[in-house]
Amino acid sequence: MSQHLESSPPVYAERNYLNTPATGLKSWLTTLDHKRIGVMFLIATLFFFAVGGLFAMLIRIELLTPGPTIMDAMTYNRLFTLHGVVMIFLFMIPAIPSGFGNFLLPIMVGAKDVAFPRLNLLSFYIYLLGAVIALGGMIYGGADTGWTFYTPYSTTTTTKVVPILLGAFILGFSSILTGLNFIVTVHTLRAPGITWNKLPLFVWSIYGTSVIQILATPVLGMTLLLVAIEHAFGWGIFDPGRGGDPVLFQHFFWFYSHPAVYIMVLPAMAVISEVVCAFSHKNIFGYKAVAYSSLGIAFVGFFTWGHHLFTSGQSAFNAGIFGVLSMFVGIFTAIKIFNWVATMYRGSISFKTPFLYFIGFLFFLFFGGMTGIALATVSLDIHWQDTYFVVAHFHFIMVGSTIMAFLAALHYWWPKITGRMYNERWGLVGATLVVSGFVFTFLPQFLLGNEGMPRRYFNYPERFQALNVASTAGASVLGIGFLIILIYILVSLKYGPVAGPNPWGSRGYEWLTPSPPPLENFDVLPAFERGPHEYHELPGSESAAPGAGTSHA
Amino acid sequence: MNEFLRKLLFLPPQLSQHARDVDGLHFFVIITTMVAGLLIFATALVFMIRYRRRQEGESTPEVQPKHWHEAVFVGVPLAFFLLWFAIGYPQYVETTQPPPGAMDVFVQGKKWMWKFAYQGGPSSLDVLRVPVGRPVRLLITSRDVIHSFYVPELRLKQDALPGRYTQTWFQAEQPGRYQVFCAEYCGLSHSGMLAELVVLPAAEFDAWIADQRRGEARAQDAALSAGEQALPGSSILEQGRRVAADQGCLKCHSVDGTRHIGPTFIDLYGRQEKLTTGEVITADEAYLTRSMMDPAAQLVAGYQNVMPSFQGRMTPPEVAAVVEYIKSLKTPAVAAGPSEGPVYEPTPRK
Repeated sequence: MSQHLESSPPVYAERNYLNTPATGLKSWLTTLDHKRIGVMFLIATLFFFAVGGLFAMLIRIELLTPGPTIMDAMTYNRLFTLHGVVMIFLFMIPAIPSGFGNFLLPIMVGAKDVAFPRLNLLSFYIYLLGAVIALGGMIYGGADTGWTFYTPYSTTTTTKVVPILLGAFILGFSSILTGLNFIVTVHTLRAPGITWNKLPLFVWSIYGTSVIQILATPVLGMTLLLVAIEHAFGWGIFDPGRGGDPVLFQHFFWFYSHPAVYIMVLPAMAVISEVVCAFSHKNIFGYKAVAYSSLGIAFVGFFTWGHHLFTSGQSAFNAGIFGVLSMFVGIFTAIKIFNWVATMYRGSISFKTPFLYFIGFLFFLFFGGMTGIALATVSLDIHWQDTYFVVAHFHFIMVGSTIMAFLAALHYWWPKITGRMYNERWGLVGATLVVSGFVFTFLPQFLLGNEGMPRRYFNYPERFQALNVASTAGASVLGIGFLIILIYILVSLKYGPVAGPNPWGSRGYEWLTPSPPPLENFDVLPAFERGPHEYHELPGSESAAPGAGTSHA
Repeated sequence: MNEFLRKLLFLPPQLSQHARDVDGLHFFVIITTMVAGLLIFATALVFMIRYRRRQEGESTPEVQPKHWHEAVFVGVPLAFFLLWFAIGYPQYVETTQPPPGAMDVFVQGKKWMWKFAYQGGPSSLDVLRVPVGRPVRLLITSRDVIHSFYVPELRLKQDALPGRYTQTWFQAEQPGRYQVFCAEYCGLSHSGMLAELVVLPAAEFDAWIADQRRGEARAQDAALSAGEQALPGSSILEQGRRVAADQGCLKCHSVDGTRHIGPTFIDLYGRQEKLTTGEVITADEAYLTRSMMDPAAQLVAGYQNVMPSFQGRMTPPEVAAVVEYIKSLKTPAVAAGPSEGPVYEPTPRK
C-alpha cells in the first residue's frame, strides 16, 4: 500500500500536522497533537542545549590557565553547577524521549496519538515551569553545589539552592507523566498487526526508559525535597551537625541518578538501533537480544548505585556487590554493540550523516562503557573517583552517546518532521567536526584524571595546563561543529529540497506515511505485514525491493 | 614496560606497592580494551567497506544470529569483566585492612585545610609527615562538609565525612614530597585545599616526632611567612598567631598583602574599608571582633560572603589574642625569609 508514496518526484504532503487544524501560535500552544508537542519539546531542549553549551565553553575558557582567567572562583563554581543541571535535567533527560519519542512513538505503534493527549501537553508545560523556576534560580544567584547537590555542603551553602532544587523536582513530574503515557500507549494503542515482536526497537528502548522514569524519578523528587527542607528549615536529615547522615543522601541521590544515566543512554540506543538498520538496509542482527537487553539494562541499572560510593566509607562487602552488579549491566551494552556491528554484515551500507553519527556513537559507547567497567573494578576507582577521568568517562558514555544519537535522530527524522532534506554535504562536515571535537575535548581529560587532577577545580597546578589547553581546543572545534549544524538545519527549513515520504528507503513504520505526517498520522492505516527492520525480499515477489534513494540523495 | 606505560598514560610515580599493583591492573585493562576495540572497529570497518552500498535499492538477505553467537557476545566480555574485578576488588579490600602495628595519624578536613594529628599530641596543618617503609593508618574525618583525601602517587583516596571516621592505609617507599588534594567538592576554595605529604627517612621522622612530643619544635609547621613580623617573647601575639593558624583564618587571609579569599591581615588594623553597602568604616577592634562573630554583617566590598561565624568556636581570650595579632601586622615589616617552599608547583594566584 505504500508503493504510491515511493514514486518520484517526492511530494510534500499538503495536508499535514503543521497546518492542520491551524497554523497560529495559539493552535500550537493548546495543541493535543503528540507531534506538535514533540516538536515543542525539541525546540525547548535545543534551546537549553545551547545555554548549557555556552556554560561549557565558559568553563573551558576559564580552565585555559591556572588561577582566574575570565572569572572568579564563585562564578566558576556556579557555572559548572548550572552546566550540569541544564544539560542533564533540561536537555539530556527529556531530549530524545520527550522530543523524538513523542513525535515517533505513536506513529511507530500505528496509533493516532498517545493514550493521554492532555496529560502529554501538561507534561510539556510542567517542563517549562520547572525550567523557568530553575533558570530563575540561576539568574537570582545560582547554586554552587554541583549538579549532585551533595550534603551537607548543599544544605549549608549561602547560595540559593532551593529554586534549582524545586525546578528539578518539578521537572521530574514531566518525566513521570511522559513515561506513564508511553507505557500505556504501547500496551493499549498498538495497531492490529503490530505484535510485541514487531515493535520497532526504538519503541522497546523508549519503553525501557519509561519504566525507569516512573520508578526512579519519585526517589529523586523525594530526595530533593528533603534537601530543600533541610536547607530552608534546618531539619537534621543529612547534616550530621543536626543528627543527620550525609551518606544517606548519596544513596538516595544515586538510586535515582544511576538509573538516570540509562534514562539518557537507552533512548540513544533506541535511535541507533533504527539508524543502523535503515542505513545498512538490513534486518537487525538479534532483534530479541537487542530488545530484551534494553529491559535488562533498565532492571539491573537499579542495583548498581553503590559504585558511586566506593570512597565514601561504605563497607567492603557493599563495594564488592555493587562492583559485580556493575559488570552485569555492562554486558547488556556489550550485547547491543556486537549486534549492531553484526547488523552491517551483508548489508548495503549508505554513508549518510546519521550513519556517521552511528560510528561516532559506537566509538563513544565502547570507550565510555569500557572505562565504566574499569571504574567498577573498585581499586581503579579509588584512584579515578572525582578526577577528570570520571568527567571524561561520563561525558563519553552519557553525553557523547546521547549527542551522537540525538544528532543521528535529528538528521534521520528531519525529513519526516519537516518534510524537507538538510544539505547532506554540510551534514557530513558537521558530523566530522562534532565527532572529532568531542574526542579531542575529552581524550585529554582521561589523561588529566590519570595524572590526578580532581574535578571541579577552579585553580590547578601548572603541570596540568597543557592537557587543559588541549581540551579547550577540542571544545572549540565541537562548538564550531554545532554552529554549522544549526545554520544548515535552519536553512533547510525554507530552502531544503522536498523529502518525500521515505527518502532513506527505510522499513520503519513511520516512513509508511507522508512527510510531514497528517494530523491522524496515517491517511489509511497500513496493514503492518512486515516487521519494521525487515529488508530481505519476500519469496515470490520481485516488486518488494524498497523504493530507496529518491533523486536528490 | 611499567615505566613506559606509566608515562604514556600520564600516571604519576608509584609511591607504594599498592600503587604498582593498581597500575598493573590499569595496564591490563587498557591493553584488553584496546585489543577488543581494535577487533570490533576493524570488523566494523571491513563490513563498511565490503558491504557499502553499490547501487540504490539493493536487497539484502535476512541474517539471524545463532544461539552460540549470543553466548559468545555475553560470555567473552563477561569473562574479562569478572577477571578484572577479581584482580581489582582484592586490591581495594587490602586498602581497607591496615596491618597491625600501623602508625595512626588522625586526619581532619576542614574548609579549606588539612590537619594531621599524631598520637601523643603533635599536629600539623597541611603537612603530613610520615616515615618511609612503615605502614601508616589514616583515620579521617571532617569538621564541616565532605572532603576527600587524595594522593595520586599512592593511588589512594578516602572521603572525609563529618560525624564519622573513615580509614585507609599506605606504606610509602620513597622519601620525598607529594601533593595531597581534596577530591570532593567543598566550596569556594576547594581547589586550594592542598596539603603536602612529606615522606621522611625513618630516622629523620623519629627525630622529628620526638622533637614534637617534647614540644621543642611546635611552631615549626606554623613557621612565619614572608612579611610576618617576629616578636619573640610577646606571648599574646604568639597565641594569636597560633589561634589564627589553628582556626584557619590564615587559609583565607594572607599576612603579606596577597589578595586571597578574605582581606589581607597586614595593615588591616586602622584601615578604611569600603563595605558592600558602600559605607566606609575604620577597621578597629570592634570591627575586627564583630567580623569574627558575624562576618556577613559588614562585608568588605569585593569579597564573597563565605566566612563562617566563629561565635562559640573561640574563647574570649583567643579572640582578643587574634585581634592583637592582627594589630601587630604592619608594614614595613622585617622581611623574614620564607619558610622552606613546597617542592610541588605552587598554584599561582593572579
